[in-house]
Amino acid sequence: MQAGTLSTFLKRGAIWGFILFELIFFSVAGAFLSLSDKAFMDLDNMLRLFKQSAPIGIIAMGMTIIMINGNIDLSVGATFALCAIVLLDSLTWPIFAGLGDWVIPVSWALALLTGVLLGAINGLIVWKTGVDAFIVTLGSMLGYRGLVFMYNGEQPTSHLNWTLVDFAETQFLGLHTATWFLLAVTLVIWFLMTRTIHGRNAYAIGDNREAAVNAGIRVGPHMMINFMIIGFLAALSAVVFYSESGSVNPNDGELYELWIITAVVLGGTKLTGGAGSVISTFGGVLAIQLLRKGLGHIGADTSTVNLVIGLILIAVLYLDRQLNRKGAEELKI
Amino acid sequence: MTGQTPALRLEGIVKTFPGVRALDGVSFSVMPGEVHALMGENGAGKSTLMKVLGGIYQPDAGQILIEEAPTVMASPLEAKAKGVVFIHQELSLADELSVAENVYLGELPRKSFGRVDWDRLYADTERILDRLKVGFTPQTLVGDLSIANKQMVEIARALTVDAKAVIFDEPTASLTDAEKDVLFEVIADLKARNVGIIYISHRMEEIFRITDRVSVLRDGQHTGTAITADTNEEAVTQMMIGRKLDLSRNVAHHELGDVALEVRNLSCGHLYKDVSFKIRRGEVVGFYGLVGAGRTEIAETLFGLRDPSAGQILLDGQALRITSPTDAIERGISLVPEDRKGQGLVLGMNCRDNMTLPQVDDLKAGPFVAEGAEVAIFDQYRDRLDIRTPGWKQLVGNLSGGNQQKIVIGKWLSMHPNVLIVDEPTRGIDVGSKSEIHNLIRDLAAQGYAVIVISSEMPEVLHVADRIYALFQGRITREFTSEDVTEDSLVRAISGLADNGGAQVA
Ligand SMILES: Nc1ncnc2c1ncn2[C@@H]1O[C@H](COP(=O)(O)OP(=O)(O)OP(=O)(O)O)[C@@H](O)[C@H]1O
Ligand SMILES: [Mg+2]
Repeated sequence: MQAGTLSTFLKRGAIWGFILFELIFFSVAGAFLSLSDKAFMDLDNMLRLFKQSAPIGIIAMGMTIIMINGNIDLSVGATFALCAIVLLDSLTWPIFAGLGDWVIPVSWALALLTGVLLGAINGLIVWKTGVDAFIVTLGSMLGYRGLVFMYNGEQPTSHLNWTLVDFAETQFLGLHTATWFLLAVTLVIWFLMTRTIHGRNAYAIGDNREAAVNAGIRVGPHMMINFMIIGFLAALSAVVFYSESGSVNPNDGELYELWIITAVVLGGTKLTGGAGSVISTFGGVLAIQLLRKGLGHIGADTSTVNLVIGLILIAVLYLDRQLNRKGAEELKI
Repeated sequence: MTGQTPALRLEGIVKTFPGVRALDGVSFSVMPGEVHALMGENGAGKSTLMKVLGGIYQPDAGQILIEEAPTVMASPLEAKAKGVVFIHQELSLADELSVAENVYLGELPRKSFGRVDWDRLYADTERILDRLKVGFTPQTLVGDLSIANKQMVEIARALTVDAKAVIFDEPTASLTDAEKDVLFEVIADLKARNVGIIYISHRMEEIFRITDRVSVLRDGQHTGTAITADTNEEAVTQMMIGRKLDLSRNVAHHELGDVALEVRNLSCGHLYKDVSFKIRRGEVVGFYGLVGAGRTEIAETLFGLRDPSAGQILLDGQALRITSPTDAIERGISLVPEDRKGQGLVLGMNCRDNMTLPQVDDLKAGPFVAEGAEVAIFDQYRDRLDIRTPGWKQLVGNLSGGNQQKIVIGKWLSMHPNVLIVDEPTRGIDVGSKSEIHNLIRDLAAQGYAVIVISSEMPEVLHVADRIYALFQGRITREFTSEDVTEDSLVRAISGLADNGGAQVA
């Protein structure tokens, strides 16, 4: 066995071990503490868990690319809300009245296009000004959220289209539509990051930007494409979620960016870029959703949930550091 | 060679940075099949000239001609497409990627749907690695390689395209002799294929071994070009620094004090085993061995960066544990690290602040940092080490490679440590400053400091050390005094070969 294989294995496997631990813990603790008499690991419960993971999970795949690239995107929550409004509102636009149910693909396309556009704006600013993505997307987070409020004030935007609701509630092979979307996105992004030139360049840029520039990789356009991808995924997430719920509040999607970043980091993506895995992010998303659900199952309230997740995040980052050091031979800091 | 068209020609290149005229009308050419040395002091403008050629910088004035056709190198990619390949002085690799991905960085072979053609990537890389005779595979993670092997990856990049000209910017700085031989074979091979080679190095013996012509830069100006066979070290040095250099051996003996540092049976995993040595005040001890012999790891242990797995460290006769660099600095042990970019410098900080970094706490005036005192320290060591910079405000990242090294050395010297460990102190440093640094080390010893010099350059250890420990695969194999050492026995000791004479260390 090569040196470091064990630690690599532990690192890759850690998130799945953690998920297993959560499952066991909540099943056992739930038996004593739960108010409901249903088991935690009930099949329906687990299927719902996948479905509920989808909105954050779909965007987290995009965030994985962005963070591997050495950037961050704080505006995804606002993008999510804005695309939801475009979706629901455009369904009722008079010019599409004659389309019947054909308005659905048109509205979907409009919402997705909005997402891509918002992402492109972020990417373009990062590329052309050279300002750190953190600052740029902090600005656009506020800006895009402002647009959301300008649209309808404090009022929710609502429209239920029953064809859409039916579509969203379908279960194919037992899995909900949203779950299928999450799985498909995960697969596509995994393929992108491990098999394609674009994906490998994303790693190279995040790892050593100067080397990438010297090697002739066009870093600016590359990063812009990634911002467009995450914009698209934020929109896709909105499209999937709001097809079913049919109503968007101007505050929707707030703090999404933090949940998403937490999931990506739990999955082992380096905050400084250059390393990370889409599959582990998937694990990170499930782990967080399990935690929220599990803590709810044993009767904890939202503030407790947040506190626990915060503590776990710090613990995981610490553990990760420990695993990354190969015993006494490693340099100390 | 006259009558032929040059593979590459530069004419009247000017490049200025704020406060520095790095290149001042430099003209220079390489013939196909020629190895052309580019020499000059630290900061003379060698790397800058090559970066202009490689499309990384745009010249303020002047022209680049490829086979006599004027060209603009708008980007590194364009330069590479036009057949100019650049092997950088500072490693430029992505640690988390595989060797193959690094070798073909920016031009991974493509299949349908933008997929990477892994089979071809690995096969092509394999072929190049075979030519370089390296012991790692295309799939290896670059982060797992030693510095020397990383350098080989960098060199492998040059072999991916049909190059017209290849630029080597100090490629041997971290190579062992065996690896150097391989590199020289590669260069000979390129030469046979009619590629023009520009070779930058501060090591005279290499220049005279492999190059056909030598060009010298001084302060951004071209001071001359000579046919290597018709010139000699002295003449080249004089062209570089404008004066003659006294290279005589200068072990001026003085009284030695008590034992400052003693190490007994120190081990650290498989990195090194059972290492014992002593060093007295006023003594310079050389640690000589190949890259990877465990020298750096021993130094890092003494500096509190690694925990030993067994053994004892005694400082002034007292056994102690050194738990951290802070601890080491407090006890008067300083380390000038080998990898200056990674370990020794904050590239985004200015020269002065880098130099005074470990002692800002001591330089306080009330709650504030005493800026005046900092500047004074900087000025003192700038003069002493001849650091070329327009002023202390310059960011260290903008200095030439050799001047960066001098900042690190100045930083630790200004701490007045009891035990100073310098790891490869003159890597990438020009001949003039090299002897300056050697003198400085001797001066420090004369003032009663104990100095450990880690080096893979034999002339260096022979030149400065009173005693030499030879290391091979994590063990001290021999101990020499400056009287009984011979080049031959040193070479044998660091290759693990037996020898008669000299004191055998058990
Ligand atoms: N990006 C930059 N900004 C400002 N000054 C720079 C920059 N790059 C180089 N310089 C300055 O230009 C001069 C020439 O530097 P260069 O790196 O070409 O030297 P060099 O001959 O390669 O030296 P060495 O032997 O130390 O590598 C130096 O004074 C350096 O400080
Ligand atoms: Mg240089």
